[in-house]
Amino acid sequence: MPQVLLLSVLVFLMAQMMPGDALSGQIDPNIDPAAIEAQREKLGLNNPWYVQYVDWVGSALHGDLGQSFRHKMPVTDLIGQRLANTFWLAVATLILTYLIAIPLGITSGRYNDTLRDQLITGYTYIGFATPLFIFALVSLWVFGFKLEWFPTGGSVAPGLEPGTFPYIVSKLQHLLLPALSMALITTVNTVQYLRSEIIDTKQKDFIITARAKGAPESRVYNRHILRNSLLPLAAFLGFEITGLIGGTIFVETIYSYPGMGLLFMDSIALRDYSVVTSVVLLLGVVSILGVLLSDIILSIVDPRIRIK
Amino acid sequence: MADTLLEIQHLNTSFRIHDDYYAAVDDVTLTVNKNEVLAIVGESGSGKSALAFSIMGLHNRAKIEGSILFKEQELVGLPYSKLNQLRGDQLSMIFQDPLTALNPLMNIGDQIGEAILLHQKKLTKKKRKERVIDLLNQVGIPRPEQICEQFPHQLSGGMRQRVIIAIAIANRPELLIADEPTTALDVTIQAQILDLIRELKENMHAGIILITHDLGVVAEMADRVAVMYAGQIVELADVHTLFEKPLHPYTRSLLHSVPNEGQDKLHVIQGIVPSLQHLPRRGCRFAERIPWLDGSAHEEQPELHEVEPEHFVRCTCYRHFHFPAEREGWTHGIS
Repeated sequence: MPQVLLLSVLVFLMAQMMPGDALSGQIDPNIDPAAIEAQREKLGLNNPWYVQYVDWVGSALHGDLGQSFRHKMPVTDLIGQRLANTFWLAVATLILTYLIAIPLGITSGRYNDTLRDQLITGYTYIGFATPLFIFALVSLWVFGFKLEWFPTGGSVAPGLEPGTFPYIVSKLQHLLLPALSMALITTVNTVQYLRSEIIDTKQKDFIITARAKGAPESRVYNRHILRNSLLPLAAFLGFEITGLIGGTIFVETIYSYPGMGLLFMDSIALRDYSVVTSVVLLLGVVSILGVLLSDIILSIVDPRIRIK
Repeated sequence: MADTLLEIQHLNTSFRIHDDYYAAVDDVTLTVNKNEVLAIVGESGSGKSALAFSIMGLHNRAKIEGSILFKEQELVGLPYSKLNQLRGDQLSMIFQDPLTALNPLMNIGDQIGEAILLHQKKLTKKKRKERVIDLLNQVGIPRPEQICEQFPHQLSGGMRQRVIIAIAIANRPELLIADEPTTALDVTIQAQILDLIRELKENMHAGIILITHDLGVVAEMADRVAVMYAGQIVELADVHTLFEKPLHPYTRSLLHSVPNEGQDKLHVIQGIVPSLQHLPRRGCRFAERIPWLDGSAHEEQPELHEVEPEHFVRCTCYRHFHFPAEREGWTHGIS
């Protein structure tokens, strides 16, 4: 909670510090500046920042995040539309991330310092070295434009009835390439993390105990090493979500996928403060929730920190 | 000897450091009989645990040469599938550090149950559970039903060591290796754990290898004693002979390093055990720590001499020490 409060103040101040406001530039230059000034006064844009802040927080608590100057609709409605898209993109990316990371991490950790491990580690180094936005651009160009395997923008093909089967398929199609290109890059952290966890756990004393019981290697890995190594990954989930939020901003912009990230970028360009502040605040809350979520998961799977 | 259980001959266990192999266990030959406690003593780094791990086949990347016959079955080079049938069943081990030897994410019941499950596959879940409770009772854990559901971090060190012992005896082993079972425990608990091990020996007639550096424990528990130094056995005798009439200078120094009443200064053996890479590979390995003794006192390639029946000593340098010298000025027999 204190984090959210601090975040809201910071976000609000930073938005305030950006030059210009919604009434600059976009307005017909023939309008009398005095009228614009009057309008500013009426909208409260000339009040000191703390008054504006209290106003904003007060209405935010009532579920009113203000009006988008640009889209001429309440910010909550605007975000509501986009949120579902980003949510599915994030979920797809998370699933793909773990689908890639877990087998690779296990192989790499179990057979460390063999050719298999070196190939996987090689991939992770390439992943670390490749910026997400370049990789996303390249895969958009190759798979979207050259090979035409995937659509190149939007979140669904036009003219489909929501809820029907073709609609869902089309959604998935639009989702897959952005999610995959993001997952391929962000997963390298998790692969490396899992690899070092497994190598670490392999040398623990209780693994020797398991072997001394006569447990075959497969059981030693599946029952003893794996569970102890996956545990820290649960703790990592929170950071994963935070990273994902950063990632969606790039990826949605590149794939013109109508989610929160794209909305955020557009709103910054258009000085749509009420949207910018709301989006940042929301993303901040989500990343704090992510950390909370990993704490909860950890307390479920780890008996040592079980909540009484 | 009657009923030989384990027969180790010319065992070498070497570890690879950079590109060379260094023997941590060097030409060890010994036997363990049924219903007998063989103690292996020595300083840290003398190869005691390396020897135990070799018997259990727990070394990952070591080169093991020689022969380990367990009930006339060769363990060296035995494939894991065969070895796993023995380990935890007829052959089992108690580990040194109870704080790290249990899986933190598995409850106690499951960890003991696993040892039973792996070797008695036909047992029903219910029977297995009963057996676990029975074992917990046997090692003196109160409220076994409750403890079964608990996790290692909820138990004290002594309790955890009991759990580890319960795992080790789950299938009534014929050979039990106890690798410093009391080192990590405080003294009152130590005595209880030792009593427990002794009871096990009496009830199960198992052969026990007790690895320790505590001579008090040796005197209390052992039938025979092997003293190890730098990977080799330097003296092997039954426990009375060893305490009454130690021959090798290392054994005598060890015995002399135990605090005694009326002794104001503790005897310290000069120097340290050389590291694996810097071990002298020729000559008497203890020579460096008794530098006042002339080189000619040692053998070129020291061997185990049977000075009396069943009393073995390595190297001829022991002849330069006289026993019993007067107890007071008893620094390696010379002043």
